[in-house]
Amino acid sequence: MAKFKKKSKTSQEIPTASLPDIIFMLLFFFMVTTVLRETTINVHQRIPGATELRKLQRKSLVSYLYVGKPKQESFGTEPLIQANDVFIKVDDIVLWVTQEKDKLDEVERDQITVALKVDKEVKMGLIGDVQMELRKANARKLMYTTIINIDY
Amino acid sequence: MTRKQRESPTINGAPMADIAFLLLIFFLVTTTIATDKGLSMLLPPKPDPENKPEINIHERNIFKVLINSADRLLVEDEPLEDPRLIRQMVKDHVLNYGVNPNLADSPGDAVVSFKAARGTSYEIYIAVLNEVQGAYYDMYADRAGVTNEKWRKIASDLGDPENKRIYLAARKDFPMQISIAEPSN
Repeated sequence: MAKFKKKSKTSQEIPTASLPDIIFMLLFFFMVTTVLRETTINVHQRIPGATELRKLQRKSLVSYLYVGKPKQESFGTEPLIQANDVFIKVDDIVLWVTQEKDKLDEVERDQITVALKVDKEVKMGLIGDVQMELRKANARKLMYTTIINIDY
Repeated sequence: MTRKQRESPTINGAPMADIAFLLLIFFLVTTTIATDKGLSMLLPPKPDPENKPEINIHERNIFKVLINSADRLLVEDEPLEDPRLIRQMVKDHVLNYGVNPNLADSPGDAVVSFKAARGTSYEIYIAVLNEVQGAYYDMYADRAGVTNEKWRKIASDLGDPENKRIYLAARKDFPMQISIAEPSN
C-alpha cells in the first residue's frame, strides 16, 4: 500500500499575539509625526519644485502666507493671499506681520520668518508687491516653500 | 457542594488589534508630513526714498539675469533656453579671479542681479533662484570640503558652534550677493 503523506503535527498557524504590538508601534509613529492642520487652505496650491532646499530652523518663528487662485469660484479667478483663515489684501500685510510678531516673545520678534506657499502659476508682480510689504514691515527673513524636485 | 469553576480573569485581546488598526488608519489619513523646506532668502531693508545708497559696482562684476513675462530668459545679454545652465555660468563668473575681462574681478565683488517682469511666472523665478543659490552652495561646499547637501544642513543649523565655524570660514570674503530687483513691466 502506498504511503500517503504524513500529516505534520506542527501547528500551521502564525502566532498573532505580537500583531497588536506591531500595529501600536506604527500607530505611535504616525501619531508623533502627524501635524493636524489648523487652517483650511482656500487657495489652489501647486508648489513648484527645487533642489537646493533648506530646512526651517525653528517652526515657532514661522508664519505662513498662501498665495494662489481661490478654490471657490465666487472669489474670482485672480490669485489671492491667504493668511491664517482669511483672505487679505496686499496693504494688510504690514498689519498681519505686526500681529504675528506680537505672538512671539519680545526677544525673538525680529527673527520672524515668513514662509510663502505660492502656486506655480502666480505672477511675480503680486509676489513682488508682497515682498515689498514684508520689507516695510521689517520681516525680512523669507522662505519660498518648495518641494524637492527629483527630476534634475 | 460543587463549586463552579472560576472564570479566567484575562480580557480577550483579539479586538485590540482592530482598535489599533482603526486608529492607525485615522492617523495615516490625516498625516501631512511637514514640508517645511524651501529656498531661504533675506530681503533687503525697507527702501528709503530720501537717501538712496550709492551703488558703484563695475559692470564686469554683475551677472545679469532677466526674465520677461513670457518666461524667456536673458542671461548676460544672451537668450537662454534652459535655466539649469545658469549654475555653471554663475560659478564661472564668480570664480573668474580677473582672468576673463567680462567676468568678475574676485568672488567678493561678484554680484548676481536678477530681475523678473510682473508677468513672469513664479515657477520660472523659483527655478532660476534655485540654480543661482545652488551655484553658491556648491562653491561654499567646495571651500568647506563637504558635499552640497551637507553644506545646506550646516547652514540651516548655526546654533552648533562647530557648524558656525565652518560656515563663517567658508563664507569669508565670499559673500552670496544676489540682488533681486522689483518686478517691473
